[in-house]
Amino acid sequence: MIESTDWTPSASLEALRFRADRLREIRRFFDERQVLEVETPVLGHGGSVDPLLDSLSLEARGPKGLERLWLATSPEFHMKRLLAAGSGPIYQLARAFRDGERGRRHNLEFTLLEWYRPGYGLELLREECVELIERVIERPVQLRVHRYRQLFRDALDIDPFDVGGDELARLAAEFAAVDCAGWERDDCLDLLFSHAIEPALGADPGGPVALLDAVVDYPASQAALARKRFDPEDGAELAARFELYWQGVELANGYHELLDAGEQATRFLADNAARRLRGKPEVDIDRALLAALDHGLPACSGVALGVDRLLMLAAGEARIDAVIAFPFERC
Amino acid sequence: MASYSTNEFKAGLKVMLDGDPCSIVENEFVKPGKGQAFNRVRLRNLMTGRVWERTFKSGESLEGADVVDLDMEYLYTDGEMWHFMKTDGSFEQFAADKKAIGDNEKWLKEQVKYIITLWNDNPISVTPPNFIELEVIETDPGLKGDTAQGGSKPAKLSTGAVVRVPLFINQGEVLKVDTRTGDYVSRA
Repeated sequence: MIESTDWTPSASLEALRFRADRLREIRRFFDERQVLEVETPVLGHGGSVDPLLDSLSLEARGPKGLERLWLATSPEFHMKRLLAAGSGPIYQLARAFRDGERGRRHNLEFTLLEWYRPGYGLELLREECVELIERVIERPVQLRVHRYRQLFRDALDIDPFDVGGDELARLAAEFAAVDCAGWERDDCLDLLFSHAIEPALGADPGGPVALLDAVVDYPASQAALARKRFDPEDGAELAARFELYWQGVELANGYHELLDAGEQATRFLADNAARRLRGKPEVDIDRALLAALDHGLPACSGVALGVDRLLMLAAGEARIDAVIAFPFERC
Repeated sequence: MASYSTNEFKAGLKVMLDGDPCSIVENEFVKPGKGQAFNRVRLRNLMTGRVWERTFKSGESLEGADVVDLDMEYLYTDGEMWHFMKTDGSFEQFAADKKAIGDNEKWLKEQVKYIITLWNDNPISVTPPNFIELEVIETDPGLKGDTAQGGSKPAKLSTGAVVRVPLFINQGEVLKVDTRTGDYVSRA
């Protein structure tokens, strides 16, 4: 007797045909622009040390015997090694894995469209990202650009760069019924961002033109793998990043990429220290990436776009499962 | 009692929050771009029935609550406590206080089966069946011939509940009543 397990896909066949059609369009978009499609490994000897990302890991038997490997949370490290090797502009439709991330808009295993443009600044890449989205959703896009600091001023009447801890705690309690005593400052800002700001970003009335919002000029503490720059007008250090939102959903995250191998190594070590503080296991840092940066990465910008989310919204669906054949529970 | 992490929060899971047992209604995973992940959780406080909305950092945990729903037959009241008996053949009895009975006193009838929610083996709430059959003990005399159209009057039932009934209903009749709304449904 076979146990009655739900073997059927969560996406309709119509949605899967739509998905295939849009993926074809994405490949055509980059082909027209002479951006090279690449494939890089899902497995790596180093993993993401980002304290806010959890990698899946496994042990594998190679020629040297049993080794610990990590599943990529994004194809970034491998793709940067290709850039350092002189690949020129590249893109990838990659599988990425993030432990514990499951919800209406999250699946542990998901598809990231990631691409890099040597010689591009952030604004140029942002424009290309909007053009790509227009191609996928088959609607013209109007983009509004907001500075991170201004969004907090408008929505909460605070300056996220120098608001006091007491005020942050009061707002966290008001907007999310959370006692954030003992939290790190960025965690409080993330809480307020996700509860009081994000839901309204990219509100789209559904006319012929799709309205998207970009967020730029994040605080330097949220730089991840982006460059930092001092903004004289703000009198503060900022991260050279952008994020795109549509219908309250974060779709893409772009960086003006950090080139300095020394600073990258320092950030890796700081990240692993932050992981220890949060009681998370340390992850082997990617020495091959550091060696590639040391060799020299061309000045470039790169962006990662959540393909499942974009297709979900393009298809008018509310759950990512509607455009994925077999999400986590069914895989 | 075991504790449960945010990724184990499923609808119906019973956990302790602020000293009260709660039942999880909904759990949504939210994560801003590159930031900290959160779970936005709706929970029903089982002591008050009120629904709370709370946010947790993903990975935080709550202690489980020892809460079970059991079928029990109503036996009697001694004026202070209401006594019920398990229907699993064990004849085990439980006494519920006024707080656990709440507004449901008016739906308690001997030998009818109720769902009793126990927290640490103490009854904290009583859920009557959706429909119950009760006898009319007091109402104005029925109007002959008026069997269909509008108009209603109050009728007092054997448990003390007062419901609006059609004019043709007489004292001594047994009625089917919806306990969720307190509405008359039909003659039994």
